[in-house]
Amino acid sequence: MVRWLLYAVTLLVIALVALSIDWDRLQRAYFQPDIFAEQFPEIITRAARNTIIFTGLSFSLALVLGLALALMRLSSIRPYRWFAVGYIELFRGIPALVTVIAVGFATPIALDVRVPGIYGAGSVALGIVYSAYMAETIRAGIEAVPKGQTEAARSLGMSHTRAMASIVLPQAFRIIIPPLTNEFIALVKDTSLLFVLGTTAQTIEITKFSRDEVNQTFNGTPLVAGAVVYLAITIPLGRLVGLLEARTRRAR
Amino acid sequence: MTALAATTPEAVGTAPAIEVDELHKYFGALEVLKGIDFVVDFREVVCVIGPSGSGKSTLLRCVNKLEEPTSGRIVIEGEDITDPDCDVDAVRRKIGMVFQSFNLFPHLDVMRNLTIAQRRVLRRSKAAAEETAVAMLDRVGLRDKVREYPARLSGGQQQRVAIARALCMHPDMMLFDEATSALDPELIGEVLAVMRSLAEEGMTMMVVTHEMGFAQRVADRVVFMDGGVVVEEGPPAAVLGDPSHERTRRFLSQVAEREEV
Repeated sequence: MVRWLLYAVTLLVIALVALSIDWDRLQRAYFQPDIFAEQFPEIITRAARNTIIFTGLSFSLALVLGLALALMRLSSIRPYRWFAVGYIELFRGIPALVTVIAVGFATPIALDVRVPGIYGAGSVALGIVYSAYMAETIRAGIEAVPKGQTEAARSLGMSHTRAMASIVLPQAFRIIIPPLTNEFIALVKDTSLLFVLGTTAQTIEITKFSRDEVNQTFNGTPLVAGAVVYLAITIPLGRLVGLLEARTRRAR
Repeated sequence: MTALAATTPEAVGTAPAIEVDELHKYFGALEVLKGIDFVVDFREVVCVIGPSGSGKSTLLRCVNKLEEPTSGRIVIEGEDITDPDCDVDAVRRKIGMVFQSFNLFPHLDVMRNLTIAQRRVLRRSKAAAEETAVAMLDRVGLRDKVREYPARLSGGQQQRVAIARALCMHPDMMLFDEATSALDPELIGEVLAVMRSLAEEGMTMMVVTHEMGFAQRVADRVVFMDGGVVVEEGPPAAVLGDPSHERTRRFLSQVAEREEV
């Protein structure tokens, strides 16, 4: 009885919303097929290509830095631990945009340190930010590997480094593939922040590309096209996470 | 059959295999080992028994420095491993260790479990490492499991693989840390049989165990520990059959009662 009432109310709300929306106007503003079609192939060949380049470079850098930070965080040498904790707290705590601006504009002006190229500056900035997140993920992965694994490796005469490289890290990375993929998805989206660096026609990524097109066409359709391209990248990745999680669950 | 113990004439020198001297170990404020003196000679099988919390596992883990001793000396084949200049990794290669929880590497198949340390530590060729691995698997009766992953093996099989993995390094001595305590009762026998045949071939062994029957039949010497000290030690017939200390008697009667229930 109550259930039917709920259905009725929901239906009513949907009907009211549907009636109150100017569908023609919405369609003209966001879903014009010809403008949508005009975005292609440029939105793929230039914009998505650059988004993927930025993501790939930042992710690689973040992975290397993150691993180093995770190992420092777990080190028995205290200054290493302090450095890692400070770094992680700093770059997780401030907005990614602030780091992008800092790397792109502030340090070149203030310190005369300039990362060459938009690709360089953008990837370094996001790599720095994401290494902070990844350090914590990798650390959690290392800590999730039972202590007995290290002990068995050491009892066979392996050095600490060898045991880490051959026994602990391979297991740790297997554990953290799902969260790492989530960070990858977040990184794909955060490349949109790099527009502040003044991306050129060659280095333009999806969001800036769409926004420029919005300004040119006075229409929202390019933004929808951009959203569709993001989803074409992120939804399959999300599915992949689900698949990997199911697989690790089976392997345990 | 492949020679198991690399107990070569030069290894059997004048020094004993394991020598523990005035060993103290604290965990925080808790004193777990209160001055242990202890010797294991080459080709000797020593079983360490005692109630849980008596420090016997800690003692065993100090012998290959998985636990850092608080004070005292541990000398392996004449080399003081408590000396900060000692290359502990090199000493550990001479000491095989078997754990209660097996600790096989779950991401590697049985063959790679057995070859990884041979290749990375001893720098053996792939062919030589695999040859040794197969011989040792044969030894523990699991040659047909070379390509299995640990998760697909029973507890008893996993523990036998773990023993084979340690033997692949051709250790001079073996440490067993309650190797059968995590096993279902019906799987204990197969592991004890492997341990016994090792003992019969002259492997130097230090065995922390709750298996009184095994200690009785296989040990050259039994050590009873309680409260962080060695209470008494001697031939199994003496310590297990006619203990001279009240604490030993109480422990043995508790164990006997448990087996009767």
